[in-house]
Amino acid sequence: MVKNTDPLIIAGTEFQSRLIIGTGKYKDYEENARALEASGAEIVTVAVRRVNISNPKEPMLMDSIDPKSTVYLPNTAGCFTGEDAVRTLRLAREAGGWNLVKLEVLSDPKHLYPEMEETLRSAKLLIEDGFDVMVYCSDDPVFARKLEDLGCAAIMPLGAPIGSGLGIQNPVNIRLIVEQTSVPVIVDAGVGTASDATIAMELGCDGVLMNTAIAEAKDPVLMAEAMKNAVIAGRQAYLAGRMPRKKYADPSSPLAGLI
Amino acid sequence: MELIINGDIYDDIPAGINVADLLAHLQLPSAKIAVERNLEIVPRSSYASQILSNGDKLEIIHFIGGG
Repeated sequence: MVKNTDPLIIAGTEFQSRLIIGTGKYKDYEENARALEASGAEIVTVAVRRVNISNPKEPMLMDSIDPKSTVYLPNTAGCFTGEDAVRTLRLAREAGGWNLVKLEVLSDPKHLYPEMEETLRSAKLLIEDGFDVMVYCSDDPVFARKLEDLGCAAIMPLGAPIGSGLGIQNPVNIRLIVEQTSVPVIVDAGVGTASDATIAMELGCDGVLMNTAIAEAKDPVLMAEAMKNAVIAGRQAYLAGRMPRKKYADPSSPLAGLI
Repeated sequence: MELIINGDIYDDIPAGINVADLLAHLQLPSAKIAVERNLEIVPRSSYASQILSNGDKLEIIHFIGGG
């Protein structure tokens, strides 16, 4: 099996699964936990929010997904400045006690593209504060290089707008980023169905992060399993090396020796 | 005394309460949350020793579903 000899290494930690899943938009945390199990993912993204003081008995994510067996990757969703991101993730670090975080600084709600200038500034602040930063970014190889040079632990370009399910819109850029980057490259956002995840992996990405594609499938648990298989298939195809594309047919059965 | 917790005013808090007792008072599970006091993180190890003051601004957070 590929998975034992080909781990994903992020900031020195080894993971067997190359799929990271979100925990938003599910019917409930219970369904989320079942999808997680089916996906084989070892990392889940989570958001940091105020507790509901008026209802302390409200279900908590940690009751359904055990942070001891699954790595929580806290995000900065809703932060628009570096200072907000640092403040939020310091709280997350205290709640969970780890350094691995997902930085996302968004812009216009219509497309949720990353605000790259503020993303760069935030990444610098977080790295100075001791965080291992996995960074959601545009699919621009120039910005991706700058983020890597700052010391980000993983570069996570979008495949398509968050929650759109449109698939990998710019495979040329994703491949350019993969080729130039020495830390893991993880497509974050845009995957709609299993083939999208496979395409990302065939381009040489080190992993795929997705939320809506699983959470909003008719059967999230089955889709989670499909995504697990899709990521493995794409990784294997990438490692195997695809055949060259040809302009014309080439028969598989030899023509010599015909009767 | 009065505390501002997650943006809301609570004026029925016993004076001289520490963070650990406040969390118990609010029935919050201390293992699943984090506390910020006047923009400074309160380390879990100091919940019992940090005595809160009138007017303190607290943020109490936990993890919820997100992408």
